[in-house]
Amino acid sequence: MPTVTVKRDLLFEALGRAYTDEEFDELCFEFGLELDEITSEKAIISKEQGDGKAEGASDTVLYKIDVPANRYDLLCLEGLVRGLQVFKERINLPRYEKIMPAKGEGQRLIITEEAAQVRPHAVAAVLRNITFTKERYNSFIDLQEKLHQNICRKRALVAIGTHDLDTVTGPFTFTAKAPSEIKFKPLNQSQEYTASQLMDLYRTDSHLRHYLHLIENKPLYPIIYDSNGVVLSMPPIINGEHTKISLNSRNVFIECTGTDITKAKIVLDILVTMFSEYCEKPFSVEAAEVIYPNGKTHIYPELAYRKEKVKPEFINKKIGISETPSNLAKLLTRMCLKSHVTGNGNNIEIEIPPTRADIIHACDIVEDAAIAYGYNNIQMTIPKTYTIANQLPLNKLTELLRLDLAAAGFTEALTFALCSQEDIADKLGMDISETKAVHIANPKTAEFQVARTSLLPGLLKTIAANRKMPLPLKLFEISDIVVKDASTDVGARNYRHLCALYYNKTPGFEIIHGLLDRVMQLLEVPPNQENGYMIKATEGSAFFPGRCAEIIAKGQSIGKLGVLHPDVITKFELTMPCSALEINIEPFV
Amino acid sequence: MSPGVAELLLQRLEREAPGPGPGGGLCSLEAAAALGLDHQTLVGAVKSLQALGEVIEAEPRAATRWELSAEGEAAARDGSPEARLFASVPAEGLPQSELLKLPGAQVGFSKAMANKWLRLDKEAPGGPRVFRAVAAVQDRVQESLRRVQRGEAAGLPERDRADLKRRKLLLEVTLKSYWLRKGSAFSTAVTRQETELTPEMIATGSWRQRPFKAYNFAALGLPPACGHLHPLLKVRSQFRQLFLEMGFTEMPTNNFVESSFWNFDALFQPQQHPARDQHDTFFLQDPAEAAELPAGYMAKVKKVHSHGGYGSQGYKYEWKVEEARKNLLRTHTTAASARMLYRLAQEKFAPVKYFSVDRVFRNESLDATHLAEFHQAEGVVADRGLALGHLLGVLAQFFAKLGITQLRFKPAYNPYTEPSVEVFCYHRGLKKWVEVGNSGVFRPELLLPMGLPEGVSVIAWGLSLERPTMVKYGINNIRELVGHRVNLQMVYDSPLCRLDA
Repeated sequence: MPTVTVKRDLLFEALGRAYTDEEFDELCFEFGLELDEITSEKAIISKEQGDGKAEGASDTVLYKIDVPANRYDLLCLEGLVRGLQVFKERINLPRYEKIMPAKGEGQRLIITEEAAQVRPHAVAAVLRNITFTKERYNSFIDLQEKLHQNICRKRALVAIGTHDLDTVTGPFTFTAKAPSEIKFKPLNQSQEYTASQLMDLYRTDSHLRHYLHLIENKPLYPIIYDSNGVVLSMPPIINGEHTKISLNSRNVFIECTGTDITKAKIVLDILVTMFSEYCEKPFSVEAAEVIYPNGKTHIYPELAYRKEKVKPEFINKKIGISETPSNLAKLLTRMCLKSHVTGNGNNIEIEIPPTRADIIHACDIVEDAAIAYGYNNIQMTIPKTYTIANQLPLNKLTELLRLDLAAAGFTEALTFALCSQEDIADKLGMDISETKAVHIANPKTAEFQVARTSLLPGLLKTIAANRKMPLPLKLFEISDIVVKDASTDVGARNYRHLCALYYNKTPGFEIIHGLLDRVMQLLEVPPNQENGYMIKATEGSAFFPGRCAEIIAKGQSIGKLGVLHPDVITKFELTMPCSALEINIEPFV
Repeated sequence: MSPGVAELLLQRLEREAPGPGPGGGLCSLEAAAALGLDHQTLVGAVKSLQALGEVIEAEPRAATRWELSAEGEAAARDGSPEARLFASVPAEGLPQSELLKLPGAQVGFSKAMANKWLRLDKEAPGGPRVFRAVAAVQDRVQESLRRVQRGEAAGLPERDRADLKRRKLLLEVTLKSYWLRKGSAFSTAVTRQETELTPEMIATGSWRQRPFKAYNFAALGLPPACGHLHPLLKVRSQFRQLFLEMGFTEMPTNNFVESSFWNFDALFQPQQHPARDQHDTFFLQDPAEAAELPAGYMAKVKKVHSHGGYGSQGYKYEWKVEEARKNLLRTHTTAASARMLYRLAQEKFAPVKYFSVDRVFRNESLDATHLAEFHQAEGVVADRGLALGHLLGVLAQFFAKLGITQLRFKPAYNPYTEPSVEVFCYHRGLKKWVEVGNSGVFRPELLLPMGLPEGVSVIAWGLSLERPTMVKYGINNIRELVGHRVNLQMVYDSPLCRLDA
């Protein structure tokens, strides 16, 4: 969930009133936001770097507000204020207007064949006669960063570049060149670098190094030039210093390039709807032309308004309320979805503004009506759905066995399903290839290399962590292990295992054997060869030679029991003899 | 202990301390002296008499006494080291090297110098030489020690006592003794009390004549030799029980490995969603891909993601089957719910209520409250005409069974539910609202491609098992609860799990 940090006093000024922290928290909650933290720059610095560093930092109160991940229109102060003011019916939602420049005067962005190979899409727009202040400027930069982190998927899908239009001359060319052929002065640097040098320069940059991989291994890097060969940006990494916007910039050229055209359009719409507020003609945006290599021309921003019709009874039924159509229209209008009743009250016509790309289905409209109505005002009803409950037979068996194993004097452990290769292979005297284990591709540490193929390592580690406890230690676990199995749709499956351990100064094989007898008695499997269970000598890498038996039940091998091999005991950092039992209980379901 | 001593003591008590109660009584030290016994022997007799019941009363007393150490005894007899040293220095003085060879010279010299009894001439011919600085001295240390010997320690100033103690001339000794009185069952004859009832006593009826030793009811009993259930799994049992009481049927969730298709795509979670990032989800290297995806259904999922349909605009991106095939460790049990709903859609529709409680996996950063695997409880109701109000109603019912009645609902965002609701409860300890669960109404883009009839709504909610368990059992670090680093003593000691209590 993205978090937006705003200055409290600035927020209240824009909202036209002050709130107590509690009141504002309440308002956020109702609207689906969360006032996550109340802090200040000083508090943040002293928390992160220590009190000493915070000396002289600002005491201005900051609100950190959690915004739902699909509400890009609330990611800046401007959007938050607009959303809340419309919600509280203090203002009407502004209408965003696209201004088409006179023929031949509009800005053009030409995508070349080379660019299309690397980063196929681009959109652009112009904010004319904008007035920045320090606060507005910061908010403009912050919003771009928030969009980059969220909908742009860390610039992989879309990257934004904003430029002082008065420093360059269109038309602009979006092309791609070999890194050695690109040379320009990047943002906040005092000299020119080639693209290859920039990659080295940014490798240690705490912020930019995260984006290098997006183009690093490509033969050609994307680059945008003006008609005089001035570099605007090298998306998705960095803009040029030449076109840097300042507080004095009056005309801003915005380009968004990327691999996902839908998201690029949304990002552009959000940027221009949020900041056109500060244009000479508020909420108006100058369109730009984007020309694809095939000659096709698109006009951006789209700023598309879409109309949806939803029946009032549908909304009422989906929420569980009974509001009049006009009330429902009012509720929706408060959510920036301008609505009115049509067709003799049979329909509500809803206009979805370009800021609300999250509204993709009638259910999204229903939710907004519910939010405006107030979730906590909705009558709670118990559904009449009549059903008979059933347990999953495997889980039912597990629950019953757990109780009786505890009654037999064993204590239940709960160990991780993920572990290291070493745990299930080397430490049990096996090669990893014998285990049929499922391997994880992206473990952050060795603890998450594989899914366990046996419960034994987890129990042994539990004992190792509890060596101070009085002996004997008697542990059990009934849980799932995972192995590869080509016969399932995903190629792997779980088996429900029962594992028990006895750890003491003597191996206690007879105790573990007795536990097996007890389990079989509980499962009504008699000790005989024909239709019951039996154990017979076998060898197992984890067991002491001559002290291991295979358990045969219902005509199949279900597991092993025996005295653990001293090597196994040592590898798990234990010192006492130990006997163990591990069986698959699925044949008994 | 010979019975003789106990009897001697009882007889002495009978003679010397006629009445029980505050009036009479004996000091064990005096009694031992009078009987010519070692005090420890007498204490042994007291202990054995106490074990017989109310024969005697013995009130423990402790007294502090000052005694001289061996060194102190010597100083009391011959004078303090400094005085002895002073006496050894003749009028014409003594070379320092020679002086320091005298017994006790080290201590005596520094003290005598500090008292300014002696003086050191470093410039003297033939090396430093020590002279008397005064004509005569008064040995106050010796006087004090002699007073202690006379039993007048209490009369010494506190400072002097402390000083002598620091010099290890004086010792503070604590002496434990008893004040003895007759008990309510006093008798001069020692009768042996029986400890336990025996089968023989029952058979012969001899128990009627025998006195029995009193039990100490203040002591704890012997812990039973038993096994124990794990506290988190006790909570899991209660959650299952609670869902069953509400008429919910358990879903199969015994498949940790899931395809991205069931974990994300089927749930209308777009392929660029951050949850599908390597940083959040464990993907598999082997088996890397799901071989089998339901072809017809998959085509519908692809269409609704990339182009929309069923009244939806869709996400408008290029949906790739390779992404859907990627195997992972399920990030939520909703993957299993998706499979169940798809199965349900293949039959003639009948309303269902499903639940599951099982493990899920996240490739997240670990801290005191987050592990890479945790348990998720999930409830799902599918029926015609279910509204948001029904979801809130079920949530209220469910949380009431968990003992949580103060609820508040917050609008939220989940990719697969709309409307979405976060459930908050008022935490009395923290005095604030805390999130306890997430819920919503499944999106039509999820249900309709499965083939569920229009008009069927599915409401669902989920919560982690670890969080309420940590609150319930007062555990701050999740590693003490889940995994091999568990504290077994905590498992042994964990109480019953009554969620509503």
